[in-house]
Amino acid sequence: MEATWKKYLRKETLPLPFCPGCGHGILLGAILRAIDASGIDIKDMLFVSGIGCAGWIPSPHIKADTMHVTHGRPIAFATGAKLFNPRLKVMVVSGDGDLASIGGNHLIHAARRDMDMVVVCANNEIYGMTGGQLSPTTGLGAKTTTTLAGNVEPPLDLCRLVEAAGASYVARSTVFHLEHLVGILKKALSHKGFSFIDALSPCPVQYGRRNLYASPAEQLKDLEKRCVLLEKARGMTQEALKGKVIIGEFVCNEKGG
Amino acid sequence: MPPKTKNPLPPGNYFFEGNQACAEAAIAAGCRFFAGYPISPSSEIMERLSWRLPEAGGVFIQMEDEIASISAVIGAVWAGARAMTATSGPGLSLMLENIGYAIITETPCVIVDVQRAGPSTGQATRPYDGDIMQVKWGSSGDYQIIALAPWSVQEVYDLTIRAFNLAELYRVPVFVMSDAALAHLREDCRIPEGVDIVGRKKAIGAPHFGTEGPAGVPPMASFGEGEGLILTGSTHDKFGYRKTQDPNIQKDLVDRLNEKVLSNAKEIIQTEEHFLKGAETVVVAYGLVARAALAAVKEARLGGINVGLLRLKTLWPFPKEEIRALRARRIIVPELNRGQLVREVERVTKVEVIYVNRVDGEVMGPGEILEAIKRG
Repeated sequence: MEATWKKYLRKETLPLPFCPGCGHGILLGAILRAIDASGIDIKDMLFVSGIGCAGWIPSPHIKADTMHVTHGRPIAFATGAKLFNPRLKVMVVSGDGDLASIGGNHLIHAARRDMDMVVVCANNEIYGMTGGQLSPTTGLGAKTTTTLAGNVEPPLDLCRLVEAAGASYVARSTVFHLEHLVGILKKALSHKGFSFIDALSPCPVQYGRRNLYASPAEQLKDLEKRCVLLEKARGMTQEALKGKVIIGEFVCNEKGG
Repeated sequence: MPPKTKNPLPPGNYFFEGNQACAEAAIAAGCRFFAGYPISPSSEIMERLSWRLPEAGGVFIQMEDEIASISAVIGAVWAGARAMTATSGPGLSLMLENIGYAIITETPCVIVDVQRAGPSTGQATRPYDGDIMQVKWGSSGDYQIIALAPWSVQEVYDLTIRAFNLAELYRVPVFVMSDAALAHLREDCRIPEGVDIVGRKKAIGAPHFGTEGPAGVPPMASFGEGEGLILTGSTHDKFGYRKTQDPNIQKDLVDRLNEKVLSNAKEIIQTEEHFLKGAETVVVAYGLVARAALAAVKEARLGGINVGLLRLKTLWPFPKEEIRALRARRIIVPELNRGQLVREVERVTKVEVIYVNRVDGEVMGPGEILEAIKRG
């Protein structure tokens, strides 16, 4: 039997356009699982996405209103739609380059306003579609097509950024931790206010092969090694946490909205 | 506390500055969403709408920049709003990418451009016809927009209302080309009892991004209506699906985006004729400069010179047939720039075209136009 969440896909748009081993298909599945489990009528949902591989996660694959906009601007478009029609359940899905670099200002100000929307950052730590250039979340030392000798710029922690700006729900997960990710997406969907999810999603073609991952599967498994649950991290020393990525709920302020 | 005003504004004569008239016209035209960012000399429009729109049951938001402002406007329009933003030349430059998005997604919206002297920050409070080409060519690719040029506070009101209607009729961004002088000029503005409003064309289940004909305007649904709208700034078929490798789809889309405006140019273009019959010299002017031009023409005619005025209320699509129909031996085009629209006039006529320009941030007086007429 077909999984119930697959009814939200426009079958005529399949297969997905993502490279083999890309995490974005898993992220799309996680989003649809969370919607299915939340009992939300997908007809009430508006998906807004920007430019880059992640912009194609909702558009045109999800059978709902989808708005695929210019680079970096999905949160600003979503703000206008949500303000005029508050009945819309708005979810922005876009990449780290789109949301955190060119669109960083909109991310900060939507968090400051605590705009009632869910923003999912499909964070692959690279510019995938344009050929593997440095992104604001690329780790130190990582090789990209614009940092051949290794990245010297420290990456931006998006969760800390939006928390400081005023977001009332902030969490991080990865496509390796599927159940954890679906759980967080469900919480975000039911939260009133600005919900931000940093969803790590590996890019084997533009990132993995330049940074010596043996295979997409190895890159996925590395997420397991790198990530530490927030609850566990609280009991760990700074030394032990070096190089680790903390996943979990950082902010859950129910007074938001 | 903002002053208490009921909506709609009671009919009558008001002593408004251009920016106030613009804000009131938007509300009268059914505008219920405004997103903007402060910039001289347009800010009074957003200041007034910040309290007038909520009174009228609408939504106002001051965004983080002009890029976000036009984005929010487009988002609100697809959520069902009639929506507007207002800015000046430098802010318009920031909006250009998403004006392209509005064009390719066929989003009806109104952009008020209160022009000031440039380039760049230039002179923030001085008038200039600086953006005549920016609105036409500033975004990437081939497209048509509509631009209207009022010459009085009354016409700021009337043409802002018309801008909303044209936007709906052709699903295209429409620009109201005001300037720093008109924005703050105060004069009588008659508010009528009722305003004719063109509604949004709806057709359930119809393709929303294409038509059978090569110059058609598709119907438009809103988010939340269950239509499953697929919007994209990429080249798309009539259902909205991205089709970025098909030469025929690209050609048909670009042709239709242009032809839906150009083939309706007669309905869109408005001009006003003064003393054109038998005129050997014709001044072609727009905006506040046209008032100086009319004064100059009247003065010259008192001196026995056979001169007339063709005033352009529509700048884009360009009124080329109206220019070609002139039976003059020479055409004078006064502008507050080094010559922008005048080049369009030169392109469509074979008679001598004379430039009269002012670039010092001052308004143009009748004197300099009169001199050009007399030099004839």
